[in-house]
Amino acid sequence: MTVATDIAATGFESTDKVRASLARRHAAEKRFRLIGLVAILLGLGFVAILFASILAKGLPAFWQSNIRLTINLDPAIIKISPPPQQQEGQSNAAHQAELLAWRGELASLNWGRLIENALIAELPSDAAQRRRDVSRLVTSGERFKLRDLVAANPNLIGSTVDVDLLADANVDVWVKGNIDRTLPDAQLPLNPVQRNYVAVLQEKGLLVQRFASGLFVNVDSRSSLASAGLAGAFIGSLYMMLIVIVLAVPVGVAAAVYLEEFATKNRLTDLIEININNLAAVPSIVFGLLGAAVFINWLRLPLSAPLVGGLVLTLMTLPTIIIATRATLRAIPPSIRQAAIGLGASRVQTITHHLLPLAIPGILTGAIIGVAQALGETAPLLLIGMSAFVASVPVTPLDQSTALPVQIYLWQGNELRNFFEARTSAAIIVLLALMVMLNGLAIFLRRRFEKRW
Amino acid sequence: MSSFWLIVVVLAVMGFAYQFGATKSRKVARSGARLHSLPTHYGVLLALWCGVPALAVLLLFAVFEGNVIRAIVASGLPDEIRALPADQLSAILNRIHSIATGFGVAGEPETFEVQAAERMATLASIGLLARIAAMAVAAVLGLAFVLRRFGPQLRARNEVERGVQALLIFCSAVAIFTTVGIVLSMLSEAIRFFSFVHPFDFFFGTVWNPRFATVGAGGGGGYGLLPLLWGTVLISFIAMLVAVPVGLMTAIYMAEYASPHFRSFAKPVLEVLAGIPTIVYGFFALTVVGPFFASIGAMIGVEVRATSALTAGVVMGIMIIPFVSSLSDDIITQVPRSMRDGSLGLGATHSETIKRVVLPAALPGIVGAFLLAVSRAVGETMIVVLAAGNAPVLQINPLQAISTVTVTIVNQLTGDIDFTSPQSLVAFALGLTLFTITLGLNIVALYIVRKYREQYE
Repeated sequence: MTVATDIAATGFESTDKVRASLARRHAAEKRFRLIGLVAILLGLGFVAILFASILAKGLPAFWQSNIRLTINLDPAIIKISPPPQQQEGQSNAAHQAELLAWRGELASLNWGRLIENALIAELPSDAAQRRRDVSRLVTSGERFKLRDLVAANPNLIGSTVDVDLLADANVDVWVKGNIDRTLPDAQLPLNPVQRNYVAVLQEKGLLVQRFASGLFVNVDSRSSLASAGLAGAFIGSLYMMLIVIVLAVPVGVAAAVYLEEFATKNRLTDLIEININNLAAVPSIVFGLLGAAVFINWLRLPLSAPLVGGLVLTLMTLPTIIIATRATLRAIPPSIRQAAIGLGASRVQTITHHLLPLAIPGILTGAIIGVAQALGETAPLLLIGMSAFVASVPVTPLDQSTALPVQIYLWQGNELRNFFEARTSAAIIVLLALMVMLNGLAIFLRRRFEKRW
Repeated sequence: MSSFWLIVVVLAVMGFAYQFGATKSRKVARSGARLHSLPTHYGVLLALWCGVPALAVLLLFAVFEGNVIRAIVASGLPDEIRALPADQLSAILNRIHSIATGFGVAGEPETFEVQAAERMATLASIGLLARIAAMAVAAVLGLAFVLRRFGPQLRARNEVERGVQALLIFCSAVAIFTTVGIVLSMLSEAIRFFSFVHPFDFFFGTVWNPRFATVGAGGGGGYGLLPLLWGTVLISFIAMLVAVPVGLMTAIYMAEYASPHFRSFAKPVLEVLAGIPTIVYGFFALTVVGPFFASIGAMIGVEVRATSALTAGVVMGIMIIPFVSSLSDDIITQVPRSMRDGSLGLGATHSETIKRVVLPAALPGIVGAFLLAVSRAVGETMIVVLAAGNAPVLQINPLQAISTVTVTIVNQLTGDIDFTSPQSLVAFALGLTLFTITLGLNIVALYIVRKYREQYE
């Protein structure tokens, strides 16, 4: 009897204790949950800030200041004979040589003078004495636009043409307000006279913002910064992606098929598995060192060639593709294999006729994700020489080239920070857009073709 | 490009061989004999025996021809040139190569260079002819080997499948080759580096200043690893300080609290962070985070550099968040339902269950995930190149610029790569160090994670 009351008493006591602590415990529960939510919101916030800052910086760079000018192709400056015509009986080679000489002559003409004259016509009267200041309003590469215009149609000489010419990078920075306008004169890239000219051009409506198509069709440039573009980097990256697809996908799929369908549990298989898992976690820069030592130093392949970059990226992407393909193959139910083998197919026939066709969506998804990963990789490319300035579009995979992420790296280090911060952000937007498209494609393929067994 | 066209030719010949084999076996079949395999198998067998030996020969030539020619040309150079140190000799050979390919060199080439270039060009054309001849011989021998046995009794399918399996094994062994290649190439170059600088000076040196060390070969403590290693450790530590709490709490919320709807939205968005190229993070750190920290520092009166260990570490932490959270998420969801139910049934609140039951049970796996994240942070390059400020000094203040192993590898190997000077070779010694560290971390982490999985499977 006493024992029972004792138990009851202690029981009540501890129930009270529990009750008294409940409020505290529930508060702790709420706190914990809140911390979790805050952590996620922090993560999502980082994503938002990252994208917002890059978009805010980069989007304006897709429009660039152009100066609309009426250019008089003055025969007094463009002193050149009409282009040579092929004479009767003249060999093709001789004609080519003549044509080349004519082009050379054309290129050596003072095209800048035409632009200056056109500008002076629009600017206040003192501009004629300030040709130096005037000539720096239009970026230097635009001379070649006029040259190409005339080379394509020599009849234009003597007439006037209306063209939009890219303004100098400093003008673009000034117009967009990407520079602190209250800085002392010595620190501003445009002198007061030039700033005045820019204001005059703006007032006349001649300074217009145009879509910066040069960003996509031009190659990188050091002399004419405003026309620096991504064309070379695009093609370089494209070559590397093609090499990765051609090499990494077949090899990766073959490796995955072996490991999933043939390999018995033995030393070799274990060794391969350990190696694949490890390679997936090896820092990318180590692959760059491998490329420098093996492909550049030993095999003597050229520096900064997309071929070498593609090979290095292939080795880097292999584990991704192998792991994705293995997961897909593993998901195919054994009944398919048993049915094929039961009907007399060999193992290879089972794989080529049944398993691989079923696994294609999964393989494609893995391959695309691997390629997207390779597209954004920078560090290993720097080690195989891709930090060099290249102002041409690579024709073959053995030519010098850059890649999109490398171009971003090079641009962010450019001295004209005010201009290139925006231009770099624009390049980043282009790179991210490509990656989003690739990943979107992967998601689409997975949703559309994925089989649930 | 000649190799490219040779490959095209080989592929075309393989196509013909396939056709030939298939047609021939059909003819045999029509004559009444019962074939062992399908005609396509005979075709494939013929194509394989024709193409694979030829391609193997091509590969051998591609790997060895260049170096053999260089060695022959070098042996024919005047004695005083051959007595030059390895790096100068290699530069001269490169010049000769440029002359031989018709690319030309700056300035007037010397007589011996022109002669050597002519010899090199001759050797190259001999090499090309030899390559084509060897490939043709290999292809014909392969064809003959099959054709001699050709007939209805030839077990074509079995042979083809054995070939396919060998090919598959070769493809999976690429992973081994890559690892071996990494280890061998870095070891050999690192050993060459250690012939300039004593390993003790490298591993325990506290001064990193490679420029002056060239004066006397190997000179003193210019190649000390410790400042770089310290930078790596400091930045990784800061990164983990950011990534571990945020990543772990994210994983807990996702696994335990989030509704499926919220989860299906938040998880992919967070994983976007994992897919962004690191160069983008670097640029973000350089242009947004760094100036932000610097202005906060200015506001409270502390000197904070825009490019500092703090900037690089925080941004790297952001980069690693999804890595930590998705790995931990997987591990937390693997904890058996019964353990949670037991705890909840005894009256524990949800958070108490997580803290006292789920997390302790998942701890080994989570530690493994953290180690993998650390190895990520240690090997990360572009963020640090852009945002850490590149100052290889031993100092504790995270608000100042610092340098890491990876940054130094990039600095030493960009521009002209010269494989004979310690300035370039040191990159391989650094790479070897980096590889060893990350390998160790990965092996331990993978071991822990695997053991953990087995525990609950």
